[in-house]
Amino acid sequence: MSNKKHITLSVNGKTEEFLAEPRELLIYTLRERLNITGPHIGCETSHCGACTVTIDGKSVKSCTMFAVQAEGAEITTIEGIGGPDDLHPLQEAFKEHHGLQCGYCTPGMITRATKLLEENPNPTEEEIRFGMAGNICRCTGYQNIVKSIQAAATEMNAAKEAAE
Amino acid sequence: MKDEITREERVDNLKGMGCSRKRVEDARFTQGKGNYVDDLKLDGMLFGDFVRSPYAHARIKNIDTAAALEVPGVLAVLTAKDLEPLGLHWMPTLAGDKQMVLADGKVLFQGQEVAFVVAEDRYAAADGIELVEVEYEELPVIVNPFEALQSDVVLREDLVAEDGSIPDGAHGPRKHPNHIFTWDAGDKAPTEEVIASAEVVAEETMYYHRTHPCPLETCGCVASMDKVNGKLTLWGTFQAPHAIRTVVSLISGIEEHNIRVISPDIGGGFGNKVGAYPGYVCSVVASIVTGKPVKWIEDRMDNLMTTAFARDYHMTGKIAATPEGKITGLHCHVTADHGGFDACADPTKFPAGFMNICTGSYDIPTAYLEVDGVYTNKAPGGVSYRCSFRVTEAVYFIERMIEVLAIKLDMDAAELRRINFIKKEQFPYTAALGWEYDSGDYHTAWDKALKAVDYEGLRAEQAQRVADFKAGKTRKLMGIGLSFFTEIVGAGPVKNCDILGLGMFDSCEIRIHPTGSAIARLGTISQGQGHATTFAQILASEIGLPADSITIEEGDTDTAPYGLGTYGSRSTPVAGAATAMAGRKIRAKAQMIAAYLLEVHDNDVEFDVDRFVVKGAPEKFKTMKEIAFAAYNQAIPGIEPGLEAVSYYDPPNMTYPFGAYVCVMDIDVDTGVPDIRRFYALDDCGTRINPMIIEGQVHGGLTEALAVALGQEIAYDDMGNCKTGTLMDFFLPTAWEVPNYETDYTVTPSPHHPIGAKGVGESPHVGGVPCFSNAVQDAFRPFGNTHTNMPHDHWRIWKTANDLGLHD
Ligand code: FES
Ligand code: FES
Repeated sequence: MSNKKHITLSVNGKTEEFLAEPRELLIYTLRERLNITGPHIGCETSHCGACTVTIDGKSVKSCTMFAVQAEGAEITTIEGIGGPDDLHPLQEAFKEHHGLQCGYCTPGMITRATKLLEENPNPTEEEIRFGMAGNICRCTGYQNIVKSIQAAATEMNAAKEAAE
Repeated sequence: MKDEITREERVDNLKGMGCSRKRVEDARFTQGKGNYVDDLKLDGMLFGDFVRSPYAHARIKNIDTAAALEVPGVLAVLTAKDLEPLGLHWMPTLAGDKQMVLADGKVLFQGQEVAFVVAEDRYAAADGIELVEVEYEELPVIVNPFEALQSDVVLREDLVAEDGSIPDGAHGPRKHPNHIFTWDAGDKAPTEEVIASAEVVAEETMYYHRTHPCPLETCGCVASMDKVNGKLTLWGTFQAPHAIRTVVSLISGIEEHNIRVISPDIGGGFGNKVGAYPGYVCSVVASIVTGKPVKWIEDRMDNLMTTAFARDYHMTGKIAATPEGKITGLHCHVTADHGGFDACADPTKFPAGFMNICTGSYDIPTAYLEVDGVYTNKAPGGVSYRCSFRVTEAVYFIERMIEVLAIKLDMDAAELRRINFIKKEQFPYTAALGWEYDSGDYHTAWDKALKAVDYEGLRAEQAQRVADFKAGKTRKLMGIGLSFFTEIVGAGPVKNCDILGLGMFDSCEIRIHPTGSAIARLGTISQGQGHATTFAQILASEIGLPADSITIEEGDTDTAPYGLGTYGSRSTPVAGAATAMAGRKIRAKAQMIAAYLLEVHDNDVEFDVDRFVVKGAPEKFKTMKEIAFAAYNQAIPGIEPGLEAVSYYDPPNMTYPFGAYVCVMDIDVDTGVPDIRRFYALDDCGTRINPMIIEGQVHGGLTEALAVALGQEIAYDDMGNCKTGTLMDFFLPTAWEVPNYETDYTVTPSPHHPIGAKGVGESPHVGGVPCFSNAVQDAFRPFGNTHTNMPHDHWRIWKTANDLGLHD
């Protein structure tokens, strides 16, 4: 199969250019081609959310999107959300409130939660549970994930208020 | 020297046992910097994947790999023929059976591994798989174990002698070609006698359906054979890396010192990652053949269809009692569906695991258990899904039998439990089926739980609800689910627990560095339990150095001491004990060093939090930090330099955590949708090392219990097609379906464990499944329901209501 397409996209602020077959899935591009291994694979059928990334401002499961479909897109993965020197409040909150165990779902969870809080900075517990329902965790039972997101929301709102 | 901080502050600084220390693992996971096996990339690494059988039972007439080998990027296609000269076309299972690595003449379940395609990347491997041509001849399929025991169709021809006789299996005589073993415990005749002469006998048949641990990360490995040095390195999702090393050595002939097995970060295990799978063997062979590293990662469908199902027990029970409700005898028979190969992961002498804990938390004087293992055309496995060897089945059985007996006696099920509990003063208690329960205080836990939920109030509310329902005022019923469980974990004493002849001890090795920090290595491996956090806490309390100064390392067989791994809640009971014992060895040497430095006799100093003090003169002391330095810079007469210790711990007994759970549920009779209003979980896991982590384990275990009780199932049709191969059909609850849990505890330390800890990771699953199930069944009790089988998905709940005439 060699009908490769020229693809340009941006991941975590860095422009990437490469040739890929039309059938190449975006999660494969990220993990295998670009060595961005934060997004994980749990199902490849859009059910688990382990592969969640943000594409042009929307939460997307990168296991069921072709790289060619992301032509020209701006992609953010967990690696672009915060690092050792600039942890995102959600990363802090998940650590603080035991929002993870094996950690496999965590990058997708946090990536999704950044969007959730952007869209709704003051979510109720119900809104969090509904808004996170596309991301499966097998370890935590979600209770502490909900708690972590609530805590991050409070923290982010306080920071915003202080800045205003 | 005067100390500027208080003793309390010194204790706090250690972050030792009992505190909710934050996890050290989380920094890398929250930043996407975990190191799971699929993240591993090696130079020139190839990718292997399987051609799998679409049929559940078929003979293989021919395999043609020519077209596949033409695919650009495909380097090799392995079949049983290629493995046979190496003796690797079959492999031993953990249960004393053997299993085909690649189909040898026939297939026994849908999804069975037929050929292994090795290619430069996953896409090329997938293209190659498409072009491998396999000619099958279909055979009659048996998916029902009762039918298997009657059928003329022989599934395992390799286990029938040429003259048609049936040789004994690993667990004794077999009574039919499709029969694997009969295993029993207890006294048959006396039990039958008690039941025959009892005034009250309740009987029930129940099916504990087949399900799957389904961790979010599937199984996988990378094998790398370094032909120059003759060393094989195998990275993988192994819950027992040392056992895998030994197995690989035994079956490949590579000497064990030339094999290094590494378990990197593991994305959940729950029993799925204990066994050895064909993918591991094929990756190793492919690496030897190609001279390159070979990666194999299951996809979700492979995972659900082929590696490690759980449960699938058909259980029949009889429970005898006096009219007042005192239980006098229990009889249990199980027909266990093991699939095409017996690949259960149980200690060798326990082919049905610890199913003989099925007398539960009750003082039952006479009991008998018999289990028949059977082959069918389903995937092999039979692992302990978040439980110690078949304990979930055992607890489900007894907690349902109690409810059924309560119905028969027209008694309150909470009261029936109370009058039959083993009493505090009876511990250590020897159960009718042989186990010696180390400790317990069931009445206290039960009373605390019932009080916390206002049990009486709930029953009154339920009665009102039934009246309202009958009066047409509501279409919602209310169920109160009760369960009281006793787990048996921490396998286990080497005298009766081994896997493939390897005693189930565990180990810890500690090295104290001169500046007063340390590294400890263990024979276990975390899959999310937070060992790096909690084992450091145990050590901090034992050796008086801060947990933050102690690195915990697991999972590399070249560096970690030998151990049997993490499953069956054995890490804390066994490796946790080894950690404490190794710590005590460090402390014993530190005591001598301290005495030398303080110029007193060894017996004149005592340990106090983070130091040794001169008895009666607490201002004279040496901190553990100072002692560590002295161990490396002073020539102390009669004492070797350095400060290290290793301990191999063989536990004298199992530990027996227990708990009391209550679930309150509303059920919409017309839609079959359950709404969990409340879930209260009291756990007694003995000494509590890290309350935050315990609570997290309870939340997670309960959620997996909810899944199993309310919908999660591996189902087959009559042709042996697996109907639940994706997450579309296999139920994993999301945040939306899961309630908030209330957690509580009592503390009954294990008397034989060095720190009194018992293990907790699996209790909530073991106790949770019957609790959710009992809640559903209790809602229908006023309308004549005694028992319906799990999983209680919406359809089945609706069906129960319909069968009871509630839609009329
Ligand atoms: S891997 Fe993409 S949703 Fe599961
Ligand atoms: S922490 Fe393991 S899947 Fe969420």
